Amino acid sequence: MSLSAKQKATVKDFFSKMSTRSDDIGAEALSRLVAVYPQTKSYFAHWKEATPGSAPVRKHGITIMGGVYDAVGKIDDLKGGLLSLSELHAFMLRVDPVNFKLLAHCMLVCMSMIFPEEFTPQVHVAVDKFLAQLALALCEKYR
Amino acid sequence: MVEWTDAERRYVEAVWSKIDIDVCGPLALQRCLIVYPWTQRYFGGFGDLSTDTAIMGNPKVAKHGVVALTGLRTALDHMDEIKTTYAALSVLHSEKLHVDPDNFRLLCECLTIVVAGKMGKKMSPEMQAAWQKYLSAVTSALGRQYH
Repeated sequence: MSLSAKQKATVKDFFSKMSTRSDDIGAEALSRLVAVYPQTKSYFAHWKEATPGSAPVRKHGITIMGGVYDAVGKIDDLKGGLLSLSELHAFMLRVDPVNFKLLAHCMLVCMSMIFPEEFTPQVHVAVDKFLAQLALALCEKYR
Repeated sequence: MVEWTDAERRYVEAVWSKIDIDVCGPLALQRCLIVYPWTQRYFGGFGDLSTDTAIMGNPKVAKHGVVALTGLRTALDHMDEIKTTYAALSVLHSEKLHVDPDNFRLLCECLTIVVAGKMGKKMSPEMQAAWQKYLSAVTSALGRQYH
């Protein structure tokens, strides 16, 4: 399910529109992940707290969103471009890949919330595919 | 049986109060057919689904979106007996309609995204969690009679 040229353009265009709110979306998305799927808190046991809206969760959501934006710039070669991030997730973080889907869903919910007019079904499918490809690239080194 | 806190019940009711079934039902099903095109396999008799525009304008899709969302709402009046409430519908989806139960999850994801677009940040993380719990309970009940 690779991205067509048109879908890549759609992704770049929407992320560009989103850029003024990207921190908010990243922070909200991770807050929603730990609220809606509490089992994901197991990855943040080393934080003082992992409640929705808390400082460490918001900060880390912003970090993750920064990574996603970086990936938009590497959309033509995600596997190559995200090699070191993949190694990080494979050997250090070891996040079960099922969680990438859960976070992607929360990101889509936030995008729809904050950009209801722009997040059309066409944008939705392109961004969903992109996030799935991103997850695959992050899993590249897992085994 | 699914246990609901008072807060969760209130959250779920709050979300449903913001949903116009005649608007959100069609939007959710249209989005599902566009974002997950393999779901179109169940709608061979619905006419033209060949383009996004065709899907968005298809009256049978719109009508069925209302049917599906109405079905999803049934649980709101039977929150303490969701499994039994959907037993017959589960048999129908398995034996007659032959729908892969994973599709229930896909439709629910699209519905959440449509509802989030309508509610904006009024859907707090806690509200989204209760809503997701509701959808998971219904999709689980719908898949229960498959064998």
